[in-house]
Amino acid sequence: MLRTASRWPTTIPPAIVLAALACSSGERAPSASAGTGGNAPSATAIVTGAGATFPNPIYSKWFDAYARETGVRINYQSIGSGGGIRQFTEGTVDFGATDGPMTDEQIAAVHGDVLHIPTVLGAVVATYNLPTLGQKPLRFDGPTLADIFLGRITRWNDPRLRALNPGVALPAADILVVHRSDGSGTTYIFTDYLSKVSPDWKTRIGHATSVDWPVGLGGKGNEDVTQQVKQSEGAIGYVELIYALSNGLPAADIKNAAGEFVSATLNGLSAAAAGTDFPPTTDFRVSIANAPGAQAYPISSFTWLLVHTQDTTSAKQRAIRGFLKWMLEPEAQRMAADLHYAPLPVKVIETVRQRLGAS
Amino acid sequence: MTAISDRDLAPPAGAPEKVPLDRSSYSDQIFKGLLTLGAVTIPVLLGFLLLELWRGARLAIGKFGLDFVTTSVWDPVAEQFGAFPLIFGTLVSSFVALVIAVPLSLGVAIYLTEFAPKVIRQPVAFLISLLAAIPSVVYGLWGIFVLIPLLRKSVFPLMRDGLGFLPLFQGPIYGPSMLAAGIILAIMVMPYIMSVSREVLMAVPNTQREASLALGATRWEAVITTVVPYARSGIIGAIILGLGRALGETMAVTMLIGNRHEVAASLFAPSYTMAAAIANEFSEAVGDMHLSALAYVAFLLFVVTVVVNAGARLLIWRVARGSAAGAKAL
Repeated sequence: MLRTASRWPTTIPPAIVLAALACSSGERAPSASAGTGGNAPSATAIVTGAGATFPNPIYSKWFDAYARETGVRINYQSIGSGGGIRQFTEGTVDFGATDGPMTDEQIAAVHGDVLHIPTVLGAVVATYNLPTLGQKPLRFDGPTLADIFLGRITRWNDPRLRALNPGVALPAADILVVHRSDGSGTTYIFTDYLSKVSPDWKTRIGHATSVDWPVGLGGKGNEDVTQQVKQSEGAIGYVELIYALSNGLPAADIKNAAGEFVSATLNGLSAAAAGTDFPPTTDFRVSIANAPGAQAYPISSFTWLLVHTQDTTSAKQRAIRGFLKWMLEPEAQRMAADLHYAPLPVKVIETVRQRLGAS
Repeated sequence: MTAISDRDLAPPAGAPEKVPLDRSSYSDQIFKGLLTLGAVTIPVLLGFLLLELWRGARLAIGKFGLDFVTTSVWDPVAEQFGAFPLIFGTLVSSFVALVIAVPLSLGVAIYLTEFAPKVIRQPVAFLISLLAAIPSVVYGLWGIFVLIPLLRKSVFPLMRDGLGFLPLFQGPIYGPSMLAAGIILAIMVMPYIMSVSREVLMAVPNTQREASLALGATRWEAVITTVVPYARSGIIGAIILGLGRALGETMAVTMLIGNRHEVAASLFAPSYTMAAAIANEFSEAVGDMHLSALAYVAFLLFVVTVVVNAGARLLIWRVARGSAAGAKAL
């Protein structure tokens, strides 16, 4: 008894780490078309995609509805934008998805064989916990928000915050910054906005899916950030719009490029997208953070699907294109609004249709 | 006295003689082959893992070298990486967990083997083992919703008032912190340490207890002077098992530790661990250098785990030399 007990295994390999690493090498090779009988491959085509987690709810809904209508099954794994770009580049999936557009180097790595197709719009909101304030949302402008997340404004009754919110009894409390600790499209959108409105942010921090935060706590995922803001008085954080709405947290009004304070609504999002002009040959890699337009909500972004441009005739690529055209129909775009994603403006839909037809 | 009990425990003298297998049985050979395959798989697998980690980390190893271990910057935008806060956080949070968990689980194990009424021994041991079956994400959620609010509102302020003269308990109270992670880890490793030390304590021969009591020791003295020393190498083994679990735990820790790349003296300050950083950033790491840095962290975590376990093995050997029974137990 004693012998066996003390020979208990004492080496615990860090299995989780290794499992996570193992996932990087493609686990899902594109399977050769199964239909050898020669009849109707599109009816049974299985298309695989991977990428962004932010639009996962609407993608799941779309793929499900599309499979029921047409019989084309699309498997989507929400492994994150970075993983989506990687797997798309390595060719282990048929299409990718990302919240931040691919960089020029990344596009060079696939020899330009990629088209970004915008699908829906998402908003990131600044949310806070100040129970002594009323229902009326606080107002921020870009530089102030950047300075809070840079750790330069540390108290809620800072003169700059008071000047933005006249008549609001801001408490003399410390500001507790909460940010995302995991790499995420939400962080990309938020830091992209801060980089545009604050030169200091741009040079010191920059924008990416994860950055070197100068202050604050890191929460894992939108859920964790929401919880930490909800539990700590004086906290400020940024989350996707839906998380603030469903948790009853306030979403600050943000001053946009036109100088108006705009709340995060679907209209504000669509207005931000409507302000962008896409030339006919566009690759859609456009940031709409701090977009012009009086109604435009400034912290917003497209999210994209990545599809190949060189091969347009294989069964899989035809299936993907079929889905993209279906997705642009008003009915599918309405599904997005139900889940608090803003539908694409009509102008953008037209441009996407043209690009799909042309490529 | 000890000599007698030792002889009782000792294995039969000499190894059992090998029986020559005249009949060459296929089933035996297949069985042996399968077992050998199983035994060989583990080292081969470990080798591949290490190789793969090294390959993934090559880029970062080439750029940062050993400075990676000592620097503290973690800037994915500028592609500057240093893992010192991660290593620090991993070791300290596991250490805090052991400081809390070891006395508690040892106490419970001693109580259950030496003092508890027979009827409650099994149920209590079963309940504690059940703690090991709870998924770590559930611990994490419980931590966020129950433990953190409790710590922030009552426990931490009390500790700061009482122990604030120590640098360990100073500074602002956020809630998510090194100490919160240490506490959740302590709860998670307790069942391992408790059940293994209980097994070890139960294996101490009754003659030892009786001898000690016969010499006039009280129950307490018998436990402290005889039973625990007899079982100490096994108990250390149990602690190492718990430590291994604490070093690699990811989900619950990342939900409670505050995920801040920073080395702070205070246990109230947020921190970060290696496993948590990998889990957080791997899926969205876009740049090659960022990915490679994470693989480097994984490689270091592997090294840290091996070093800690090897060190603990050495400790057992040294301790075991002191006790005859322990030496044989190894």
